[in-house]
Amino acid sequence: MINRKSAPESRAIDNIKLIKPELTELGNGCKLFCFNSGDQELVRIEWIFGNLTFDPAKPLLNMAVNTMLTDGTSSLTASEIADKIDFYGAFLQVDYGYENSQVTLYTLNKHLPKTLPVIADILNNSVFPQKELETFKRNQQQKLQVSTQKNDILARRAFNRAVYGATIFGYAAEMEDYQTLHRDDMLVHYKQMYQPSNCTIIISGKVESQTLALVTDTFGNKWINGADPAITTQPQFKPAADLFYFTERPEALQSAIRIGTPVINRSHPDFQSLQVLNTVLGGYFGSRLMANIREDKGYTYGIGSGLASFKQGGAFFLATEVGADVCKAAVAEIEKEINLLKTEPVPDDELSLVRNYMLGSTLGSLENIFSHADKFKTIYFAGLDYDYYDRYTDTVKNITSEKLIKLANTYFNFDQFYKVIVGKY
Amino acid sequence: MVKFNRFTLDNGLRVIVHEDNTTPMAVLNILYDVGARDEDPEQTGFAHLFEHLMFGGSVNIPVYDEPLQRVGGENNAFTSNDITNYYITLPAANIETAFWLESDRMLSLAFSEKSLEVQRNVVIEEFKQRYLNQPYGDVWLKLRPLVYKQHPYRWATIGKTIKHIEDARIEDVKAFFKKHYNPQNAIMVVGGNVTTAQVKELAEKWFGDIPAGEKYLRNLPQEPAQTEARRETVTAKVPLNDVYIAFQMGARLDADYYAAEIVSDLLSRGNSSRLYKSLVKEKQVFSEVHAYITGSLDKGMFVLEGKPLEGVSIEQAEAALWEQIEKLKEEDVPADELTKVKNKTESTMIFAEMSLLDKAMNLAQYELLGDAEMLNQETSKYLKVTAAEVKEQARKLFRKENSSTLIYLAEK
Repeated sequence: MINRKSAPESRAIDNIKLIKPELTELGNGCKLFCFNSGDQELVRIEWIFGNLTFDPAKPLLNMAVNTMLTDGTSSLTASEIADKIDFYGAFLQVDYGYENSQVTLYTLNKHLPKTLPVIADILNNSVFPQKELETFKRNQQQKLQVSTQKNDILARRAFNRAVYGATIFGYAAEMEDYQTLHRDDMLVHYKQMYQPSNCTIIISGKVESQTLALVTDTFGNKWINGADPAITTQPQFKPAADLFYFTERPEALQSAIRIGTPVINRSHPDFQSLQVLNTVLGGYFGSRLMANIREDKGYTYGIGSGLASFKQGGAFFLATEVGADVCKAAVAEIEKEINLLKTEPVPDDELSLVRNYMLGSTLGSLENIFSHADKFKTIYFAGLDYDYYDRYTDTVKNITSEKLIKLANTYFNFDQFYKVIVGKY
Repeated sequence: MVKFNRFTLDNGLRVIVHEDNTTPMAVLNILYDVGARDEDPEQTGFAHLFEHLMFGGSVNIPVYDEPLQRVGGENNAFTSNDITNYYITLPAANIETAFWLESDRMLSLAFSEKSLEVQRNVVIEEFKQRYLNQPYGDVWLKLRPLVYKQHPYRWATIGKTIKHIEDARIEDVKAFFKKHYNPQNAIMVVGGNVTTAQVKELAEKWFGDIPAGEKYLRNLPQEPAQTEARRETVTAKVPLNDVYIAFQMGARLDADYYAAEIVSDLLSRGNSSRLYKSLVKEKQVFSEVHAYITGSLDKGMFVLEGKPLEGVSIEQAEAALWEQIEKLKEEDVPADELTKVKNKTESTMIFAEMSLLDKAMNLAQYELLGDAEMLNQETSKYLKVTAAEVKEQARKLFRKENSSTLIYLAEK
């Protein structure tokens, strides 16, 4: 008979190996990082650009210019761009982030000679046609009307405004902001931001020598910088004075809760330790918040916490949607769980579980060569090197419960946290 | 090409092994051949509630998640109208823990009252969060009963009403387990840094002595062909009007399934698709518009959905959608356009091979359809579809008497 009562033997996780890139410096200031591995004949190529300094008078520029990169060049219409990309079974994505924005191409290697010129065109010759701009504005405004009916989105908007203030991080678009969006400004913004000296290219997949040669040729000397360099510094966070924000939604069945505070970022020596503390509290399915508020009380479908990290600093936040009638009770339980971290040591058993969970999760996050490139992006754009991951593994393996109590007392002061409730309270 | 080996235990459990030594991880995926379509019409939402209860402890293991997290693993599950699927990813060195956990809950659950009470509440909150407290969240609660009159697809996986979830009793939970959760009704896929010999040994060790149970014989009322256009208009607290037109389509294993998929890709896949180009960009009728199929095992749904721009009437919006689908009935799809959607599917299948979990889930689903090898034949079936078949399919689908139209009117 097998013993079903106790767990089979298990092994510690210690074979986390990251694949590091090969760097090629292109003459125009663009850096090209290459991750070569994998069996499938395909690549992902990312062109990543630092956002220009946020201008509160024209708050949509970074987002709009990025989103509309696929909407037309001097030689291709939006529909021709889409046709070319789709015809070759490729995927073209634009993504706007707080610090960087990017263009991503997923393509089979055999079609790269056909798909790459489209990207070159987009990055050199985008024109943001007026008609497309009107369509963009109208559709974005419609989407905004839908998203601002959702409690969790309203809570996130209010929270970011409070924690980050009037910066690119705290900005949430309003309907009338779309009136500040003009084609002339977009063209100027585009020329300044989308140039080689502000670009990092990351290729991952099965990168053959022809692939690399083609990319180097297309985005090397042929791609020329403009007259003015991109200015990409962003101001410091400007956290608000008020800590509590309640938006009443009389017919809400659930209330969205978002609670948190500005905190250290990835470059601080405590960051990895704080990641462990965050995991204990709300960073995984078995976390204390989930165990208490979902699995014991049944107040919610889900609750979780996380850390955001930018060059300027970071933030700790937790978010959930709970039954409207138990909102106060849920907030009280959240407070209780946070305060417990400051007084009671995390038991050895729980800490060892969290250690293994975090190491396994890191190992599992390295699913394919794209994931290795993603790990690199995290450190590279934070100005860190691969030591960061060694420190992470070290910290996860060795952190003590005393250190966690100390951290909780340093960084978690519930009374000073920002608290946002949308729904009923 | 996803390679695999396959064997069946004496108790009927089907096991598929996909060896992939490029990763240090492993996946254990178990698909149970039970979904919301197998529910009693008076106890809807049960398959999904049951999925939650599968995490409430099994006969020998009081908690499920903790021992898994302790060896660096993660898990989740989902329920659809057709299936319930559970998956674990963990370091391959610790794969035996996954066998231990999954076999114990296939053997028997703890059937704890406390777990039932809590998960009822969790699922009720899920019902509110995803279906009731969101603009348009209740669309499937309304559209399904419009399209289906007989078949159990007429309710959503979350259930018809919260009341059905509130009423669930522990006896029902036990009966449901006995009926559906046994080796004969399950397909297990183990993938990643494992060998077939190792999986065979572990499968025998942990699953071999689980009683086969009774084979569940599905006998569902099939949906009769629709013969009249159906229509429902709801006024709701939503910011924008919204138009849904659903058509009955074939089942997943019907020969013309691939033609229907091509029709939906032509209409709505990517920014070069017909609906987007014509109705969002050129004619500016909608702010967003989509077409998709449900891929159901029994008779499925082909759905068109669009949010008209302000100033566009519901009639204009509907007419614009009909104009596009009429065109597919009348005109041959140009060769280039057909090649385009085929190329996209081909590359999507290759990109999907980048994910171990996706491969494991796909193998399980195709094995349920009849043969895991179908995963590797999928692209070629799609590539074979001709322009004539596309037109024929469009004619079959897009008939007024085969349509169910659901309109949301924004309460101003």
